[in-house]
Amino acid sequence: MRGAQQRRTARAFDRAFGWFTVAAAATLIALPLLLVTIVAQNAWPALVRFGPGFLIGKLWDPNLPPITFGASTFIAGTLETSVIALLIGVPLSIGGAVFLAELAPDWLRAPVAAVVDLLAAVPSVVFGLWGLYVLVPYMRTSVDPFLAKYLGWSPLFAEHAGSQSGASILTASIILAIMILPTISSVSREALRATPDSQREAALSLGATRWEATRMGPLAYARTGIFGAAILGLGRAMGETMAVTMTVGNSDNFATSLFDPGQTLSSKIAINFGNALPLERAALVELGLILMALSLLVNVVARLLLRSMTRIGRTTA
Amino acid sequence: MRPPKRLRRKAKSFVLLGLCGVAVLLMLAPLASILFTCFANGAGAITPAFFLKNPPSACNPNLGAPCPVGGVADAILGTLLLVALASLIALPLGILGGIYLSEFAERPLARPARFLADVMTGIPSIVIGVFVFGIFYFFAEEGWISSFSVISGYTGAVALAVIMIPVVARTCEEALRLVPISIREASLALGIPRHRTILRIVLSSARGGVLTGALLAVARAGGETAPLLLTAGFTTGTIFGLSGWTPSLPVLIYEFSAGGYANTTQLAWGAALILVLMMLVISVGARLALRNRFGGRSA
Repeated sequence: MRGAQQRRTARAFDRAFGWFTVAAAATLIALPLLLVTIVAQNAWPALVRFGPGFLIGKLWDPNLPPITFGASTFIAGTLETSVIALLIGVPLSIGGAVFLAELAPDWLRAPVAAVVDLLAAVPSVVFGLWGLYVLVPYMRTSVDPFLAKYLGWSPLFAEHAGSQSGASILTASIILAIMILPTISSVSREALRATPDSQREAALSLGATRWEATRMGPLAYARTGIFGAAILGLGRAMGETMAVTMTVGNSDNFATSLFDPGQTLSSKIAINFGNALPLERAALVELGLILMALSLLVNVVARLLLRSMTRIGRTTA
Repeated sequence: MRPPKRLRRKAKSFVLLGLCGVAVLLMLAPLASILFTCFANGAGAITPAFFLKNPPSACNPNLGAPCPVGGVADAILGTLLLVALASLIALPLGILGGIYLSEFAERPLARPARFLADVMTGIPSIVIGVFVFGIFYFFAEEGWISSFSVISGYTGAVALAVIMIPVVARTCEEALRLVPISIREASLALGIPRHRTILRIVLSSARGGVLTGALLAVARAGGETAPLLLTAGFTTGTIFGLSGWTPSLPVLIYEFSAGGYANTTQLAWGAALILVLMMLVISVGARLALRNRFGGRSA
C-alpha cells in the first residue's frame, strides 16, 4: 500500500518537474521569436515611412523637415571596420595559432594560450577606455602620419580636414582586430591540433622543411576550420558596440579615407537612442534590425563551416 | 650566385616560423598594455572613498577650487543589484533549459530550443537592449507600468537575464552530457524517480561544469555595457533599489570616459581596474576549476 502511494507521489513530482523543464525550453524558443517580433514592430514606423530607400539613404537628419533617415553610412561603417579588423586580426591569429599548436614546447603552450584567451574576458568598455586614452593618441601622433607619408597617394590613406584626431575607422578596426584575436586564435588552434600526425610526418619524410610541412599538413588540413573561425570573428566584430563607439569618431559623414571619423550601426544606436524622438527611435531600431540580420547571416555561415570541420574530424579520427 | 635551393627553403621556413612567434608576442601585447594602463591610471582612485562615496558633480580644476574625486559607491551597488536580479531570473531558467536539452534530448522541443539558443547567443548585445527596451516601452504604452519605469534597473536586469539564459542553458547542457548514461540507468534501476535522479545524481555529478558555466555567464553580464546604456540608464545620485535609473560600473566607465575632467576620468580608470581584475579572477578561476575536474578524470 505505502509503496503504491510513494510511486504515485514520485510520478506526480516527475510530471511537475518535467513541466518546469518544458517551460524553460519553451522560453529558449520564445525569446528569439519574441525578439524578432518586438524589434520589427518597433521599427515599423520607420519601415513604412522610408521603405527600402532606408538602406541606401545617406542622410540622418532628425531636425530639419522633411525628416530623413538613411542607413548606408552606418552599414558601410560596420562592414569597413569589421572587414579591416579581419584583415589585421586573421593573419596575426593564424600565425599565433601555428606557433602555439605546432612549434611551442608543451610547457610554453598551455600558459601562453591561456593568456591569449584571457583577452576575451576584458569587457568591451575597458577596451574602449584603453583605446580612447592609449590607442587614439598613438594613432594621432605616430601611426596615422607614418601611413599618410608612405601610403598617402592612395585615397584610402588620404588626410582630410577633421580627420586628424586619431579617432577613426582605422582606429576602431584595430581595436576590433584585438578583440577578435582570442576567438579566431582559439578555434584555429583547435583545428590545427586536430590534424593527425601522419599529415605532418608524410611531408617531413619527403624532405619538406618545417614550414612546408606545416603548410601542406596542418594548415591545409585545418583550412575549413580556420575559415570558420575567421567568419565567427567577423560576426563578433560586427556586433561589437562600446569599444567602437568610443574610438570610431562618431561622424555621420561617409568616410572615404581610413583616417576619417565614422559611425557603425551599433555605435549610432548607442549614441542616439537615449535622446531620440519616436520616429528617430524607430529608425534606430531598424538599424538594429539590419545589424541583427547581418550578424545572423554571418553566424550561420560560421556554424555550418565549423560543423563540417568537426564532422571531418570525427570521420577520420 | 644564387644560394642552393635547399638553403633558400630552409631560410624561408625559418623566417616564416619566426613571424609566427612574432605574431604571438603581438597578441600578448594588448593585454599587457591594458592591464598596465588600468593599474597606472586607476590604482590612485582606489581609496576607501571610492567604495563609500558617489561621483562629484563635474568640476573644472582650472577654475581654482579643488576638485573632489569621490567614489563610485552606487555604481558598484547598481552592478551588484542588476547582476543579482538577472542571475535570479536567468540561472534557474537556464539550468532547467539545459536539463531539458540534455536529459530530454529526444523530445520534440529539444532541437529547435538548442538551435534558437545558439542563434540567440549570436545576436549583438545592443540589439538585446533594443528588444528589452521595446518590451517595457510596450508595457508603459499599455499603462501597466509608469512611463518613468521604462528606463530602470528592472529593465536592465531583464536585458542581462536575456543575454545570460541561452549561455547558461548551453553550458549546462554540455556539462550534463559528460555524465555517463550508466549513472542515470543505475539510479533509475534502483527505483529512484526521474526528477530525483536528474537533480540529485546527474546535476550533482556535473555541478562543477554547471557552476563554472553559470559563473562565466554572470561575469559576462557584469561586464556588459551597451544593453544597460539603453535600458538601465545612468545617474550619479543615490539609488533606492532598481526602480529608477540605475548606474553600473561599465556604463559609468563609458559616461566618464570622455568628460575631460581629471577627477571623473580617474574614477573611470578606477572602475575599469576593478572590473578587469574581477573578470580576470573569475575567468582564471573557472579555467582552473575546469582543468582540475576534467584533467583529473581523464588522467
